[in-house]
Amino acid sequence: MIRVEWFYWLIGLFFLAVAASAVRDRTNPHRVPSAVFWALLGISFPYSSFVVAETAPAWPLGLLVIAIALIAGTGRLGQGSGAGTTSRQERQGLAERFGGRVFIPVLAIPVVTALFATLGPKISVGGQPLLQPLSETVIGLGVSAVVALALGMWLLRTHSLAVPLAEGRRLTENIGWASVLPQLLAMLGLVFATAGVGDAIGRSASAVLPSGVLLPAVVVYCVGMAVFTVIMGNAFAAFPVLTAAVGYPLLVTGFGGNAPAVFAIGMLSGYCGTLCTPMAANYNIVPVALLDLRDDYAVIRAQLPTAVPLLAANVALMYVLAF
Amino acid sequence: MLVLLGVLVVVVGFALRLNAMLVVTVAGLVTGFLGGLSLREILDAFGTGFAGSRSIAVFLLVLPVIGLVERNGLQEQARRLISRLARLTTGRVLAAYLVVRQITAAVGLLSIGGHAQSVRPLIAPMAEAAAVKRHGALPEAVSRRIRAFAAGTDNVGAFFGEDIFVAVGAVLLITSFVDTTYGLTLRPLDVALWSIPTAVVAFLLHGARSLHVDRVVAREVRAAASAEGRTGAVEG
Repeated sequence: MIRVEWFYWLIGLFFLAVAASAVRDRTNPHRVPSAVFWALLGISFPYSSFVVAETAPAWPLGLLVIAIALIAGTGRLGQGSGAGTTSRQERQGLAERFGGRVFIPVLAIPVVTALFATLGPKISVGGQPLLQPLSETVIGLGVSAVVALALGMWLLRTHSLAVPLAEGRRLTENIGWASVLPQLLAMLGLVFATAGVGDAIGRSASAVLPSGVLLPAVVVYCVGMAVFTVIMGNAFAAFPVLTAAVGYPLLVTGFGGNAPAVFAIGMLSGYCGTLCTPMAANYNIVPVALLDLRDDYAVIRAQLPTAVPLLAANVALMYVLAF
Repeated sequence: MLVLLGVLVVVVGFALRLNAMLVVTVAGLVTGFLGGLSLREILDAFGTGFAGSRSIAVFLLVLPVIGLVERNGLQEQARRLISRLARLTTGRVLAAYLVVRQITAAVGLLSIGGHAQSVRPLIAPMAEAAAVKRHGALPEAVSRRIRAFAAGTDNVGAFFGEDIFVAVGAVLLITSFVDTTYGLTLRPLDVALWSIPTAVVAFLLHGARSLHVDRVVAREVRAAASAEGRTGAVEG
């Protein structure tokens, strides 16, 4: 069986390779702390496998994460000059030489991922599923990255793995600490949940609610989902809290709402919040680094004029369709 | 209610634009202590949360191949392709991507799109090239605005397509939570169907905004050109 953990180990190896070349890069003003940052990440990925399997304690990983956050948070994560890649003129020339061939590896990524996601769960070998159940798409993305790399090296006459590794390191250093921020936020979400932040917010949501009138209850549920998602960075964390405080007791039991409609539109109101928050770092902050946008809130700003009217539309849709 | 101070740390930290890694770590420690957790329990929660969310990082594995094809002129090639297709404008590239992203997500193919694997190598350079074809070299601010909109389009398409797919993610979270908590028996298909009205509104709203990007770009290019003309005149 192909296990998703293999790909987490591969990411760990990749981080270690980034660390090994970062430590020798004299164009990086903070090359030693930067290398330590990537090396600690490289160790934390395979160590996590044992935490998930409950064969190792989780707290050392917590310490590792704090160390990683301290290096980044004190401005000691630097990056190299990125020299060594091709210039704009060279790329024009290469584009003419290779033509449409450069698209093939990029298009292989969605094709392979889609194959794994759709056919993967149906294949079994010797009575065992070929892919670890429920991780088919993540495995598909990992496999597609490897397949696309092999295809790319063959089509583009690249004979050394060092070339794509150096390019991958350049892009990873560009993204910098934003590459792990989404995981830190997931970890914060867990602490919030364990410490009872959700219950506290749920109590305040039901406290502001006037009783007996439908429209305010719909507004509190939808807007509450969006606001709580902005805080937590994740609509999945907001849903149980707001549903327990408002959605189920008031909208479904109290006003007799259509349960699937109330819950579906409530969740989608949360998604409007996801479009507005830096806490959803993988959607809103990572692309800032990937696309060289400078302003941390550039993506959020582009999304706000869609998110706000869409939230209003959700309130209207729920009011009209669910009752 | 004291635990809400942890939320306050996050809000204030982001508002002051302090380093997000520090803000998140401090907020986690503060919330944990106020919620009565011991240091050991907080560190355990940190570790478990990190280990359990590693799937978010798998996109990093595509970076070596993306870097390799970019090194060999991928973005330039995407621009050449666009310059040959006369009818494609920035807005139409973005709207077309919105359609594809929303439909593929709705049939469960969420991870075939994304910022690392499609927006950076293909969609953003194509959207920019379509504008260059029309207006010539773009001011950097306009280029960045187009790229940011391309990222936003990926998100909107993914979010408001994914929820229609029955077998993973949001729909299953909803049914499993309410079924176990309230003893209901919701059919996932019903939840998915009730997601369609919002998906349609999201498509109309963001699709219209995508097409409108053409006019925004034209306006900003004109504004930048006339500003340059003015300073040029003063210097001259």
